[in-house]
Amino acid sequence: MSQEKKKGFFARLKEGLSKTRNSITEKVDEVLKTFKKVDEELFEELEEVLITADVGVQTSMEIIERLRKATKEQKISDSSDVKELLKQIIRDMLELEDNTLKIEGHPAVIMVIGVNGVGKTTSIAKIAYKLKNEGKKVLLAAADTFRAAAIDQLEIWGDRIGVDVIKHQEGADPAAVVYDAIQAAKSRRMDVVICDTAGRLHTKKNLMEELRKVFKVIDRELPDSSREVLLVLDATTGQNAVNQAKLFNEAAEVTGIVLTKLDGTAKGGIIIAIKSEQNIPVKLIGVGEKMDDLQEFDSKEFVDALFAE
Amino acid sequence: MAFESLASKLQETFKKLKGKGKLTEKDVKAAMREVKLALLEADVNFKVVKDFINTISEKAVGSEVLESLTPGQHVIKIVNEELTQLMGSAQSKIVFASKPPTVLMLVGLQGAGKTTTCGKLGSALRKTGKKPLLVAGDIYRAAAIKQLQVVGNQLDIPVFTMGDKKNPVDIAKAGIQYAESNGHDLVIIDTAGRLHVNEELMQELKDIKQAVKPTEILLVVDAMTGQDAVNVAENFNEKLGIDGVILTKFDGDTRGGAALSVRAVTGKPIKFVGMGEKLSDLEPFYPDRIASRILGMGDVLSLIDKAQQAFDQKKSLELEKKIRSQQFTFDDFLDQLEQMKNMGPLNQVLEMIPGMNQKMLKDVDIDDKQLAHVEAIIKSMTKKERENPSVINSSRKRRIAKGSGTSVQDVNNLLKQFEQMRKMMKQLSNPKKLKKGKMKFPFFG
Ligand SMILES: Nc1nc2c(ncn2[C@@H]2O[C@H](COP(=O)(O)OP(=O)(O)O)[C@@H](O)[C@H]2O)c(=O)[nH]1
Ligand SMILES: [Mg+2]
Repeated sequence: MSQEKKKGFFARLKEGLSKTRNSITEKVDEVLKTFKKVDEELFEELEEVLITADVGVQTSMEIIERLRKATKEQKISDSSDVKELLKQIIRDMLELEDNTLKIEGHPAVIMVIGVNGVGKTTSIAKIAYKLKNEGKKVLLAAADTFRAAAIDQLEIWGDRIGVDVIKHQEGADPAAVVYDAIQAAKSRRMDVVICDTAGRLHTKKNLMEELRKVFKVIDRELPDSSREVLLVLDATTGQNAVNQAKLFNEAAEVTGIVLTKLDGTAKGGIIIAIKSEQNIPVKLIGVGEKMDDLQEFDSKEFVDALFAE
Repeated sequence: MAFESLASKLQETFKKLKGKGKLTEKDVKAAMREVKLALLEADVNFKVVKDFINTISEKAVGSEVLESLTPGQHVIKIVNEELTQLMGSAQSKIVFASKPPTVLMLVGLQGAGKTTTCGKLGSALRKTGKKPLLVAGDIYRAAAIKQLQVVGNQLDIPVFTMGDKKNPVDIAKAGIQYAESNGHDLVIIDTAGRLHVNEELMQELKDIKQAVKPTEILLVVDAMTGQDAVNVAENFNEKLGIDGVILTKFDGDTRGGAALSVRAVTGKPIKFVGMGEKLSDLEPFYPDRIASRILGMGDVLSLIDKAQQAFDQKKSLELEKKIRSQQFTFDDFLDQLEQMKNMGPLNQVLEMIPGMNQKMLKDVDIDDKQLAHVEAIIKSMTKKERENPSVINSSRKRRIAKGSGTSVQDVNNLLKQFEQMRKMMKQLSNPKKLKKGKMKFPFFG
């Protein structure tokens, strides 16, 4: 009895999806065209656009609520002005004073953390490449001693970029790797050490504890250096990214986010919720697999992309 | 989490509603808003949610609220059932090639977990007696080949590689040749992660498919994927034709709505879930367990379970009493048929009965049309006839046959079988008298 019904459902869904697969801009424009007047339905449709960009139900509702109020206050009666207002609201939410990486001390430290497969190692390579081009002396620490061939992966990148990698054996204590890297950086007068770490789900208590141990080493060895703790988030991730940000922040005081894989079709809207709940800014974005596929986060561009292809 | 308390919200929604009876459109609408939010919060795709809610609403309006459940809980019960149905009722296994080697090809986005899963899958299937070979087809990512080699080494499963200078199509072909000449009956091909919109790299996968005709193409999806899961799954499926899905990183705290999105747009089963970083952390996927995770209300569901059990128990007690006293009537029988129909395809229902197995059912030809006949015949009987079939004489039989569009012979058969069943039930209710030997299943023998 169910077979037919199921098919019906799938078929209907497919039709619907291919219809809605066109870009979000088109959708917004379409929405705005359809509703010449500003009304409840317009707000609902805009909320839908946000939700499909992974902004999350609650944040989307909050944003639309603000939009609703602002529309009233500014007496906007033409729907074409609404889009601009919406963009402005989101931009304001994402605004941050300064998104440049802090590199002070001898050496400065950049820790890169996140769940498995989000793009930590690749992002490290990209950041190293960028800093090297800015004239900084960079050293990499292969502190992902867990994943198979993670050390080799970082070494290959080190070769490509022309920066040294400090490593131990697979299975070694990551805190010891970081310690060695700091000592090497001190004696070689490096400007910055970038530490790769093993991917870990934020829910694994013992692995989060392991991170804390690494931080203790840095505290002890480099009390006067600046420290960036970059949480790498995959733009394809849904609402779970909020939990990731929360728990990693609790364990490591995250200073910024690297949002990767924005070259795909995912919009990464989840960072809006993270910014408003945790106040963690996005500093960098990844837009491909090559070493120069890294950009500084620009809230205007991001919001434009949120409503565009 | 904000929506963890869906259950209490529903309770709130239904507080004013005291009466039981049938669910009205208004009740359902209020409850559906909460369900919708819960699904969205679990990352089920917006469009999928919308369609799903429509389907559910149709089902829920006018349905009878189960005793001991609140209307809100009853709605969740329906949502849960529908979700489970959509996910597929049974666990779906890898289908092996009739002529070895079986070739499995793992595809997906970057960072989904393909390489690790290759190892896990090889190890899991080796336990079923297969002799696996892993083929290193990711020539792009730094140290991807090495990673597969390390994994293979840890598991003691051989890895076929030709380095990163050869084309993945040639590597796949050579890998299978190697498997054939070295007695491997299972080949698992690792491929590079790629974006579903990267035409060039998607073409490469098509070329591999064309060249090696894999037994199954499995899409590896990160369980934490958000709204974009539908785009990914739809693209991979349209361009490649996938056979199944493996969900990874399910050991975290994600609600895993991507599972529903992917299933809904591809119609393909989820076969395994990755539950950890250890190479043994791969589990078969049980579709009936995902609903409570996505909805995030395991406690409500277990409550519903209990209510259902209590309800069934009460009914079966009544039935037992009737059987004991030989009062089992055609009305009861109709009731049973109705219940069975609600439970799903008959074959599956019968399989669930303890003591029934596939072999026994092979000889039982259960035809849903036949069932419809039976139903029609009973429905053409008067109340009196249903309660006391012995009053059915030949003129009544003719009337019943005419009314139900069957023949007098059909009516006779049913009456005879019904009598046999009553007798058998009497025996069943008295275990001492129960004879060993063949038991014929009433009406379907
Ligand atoms: N398309 C795309 N792929 C990326 C990006 N960043 C990383 N990747 C890929 O994601 C996969 C996992 O990256 P990796 O750095 O190994 O992740 P890690 O496990 O977090 O260290 C690799 O295949 C990378 O090439 C990005 O910005 N865009
Ligand atoms: Mg890594």
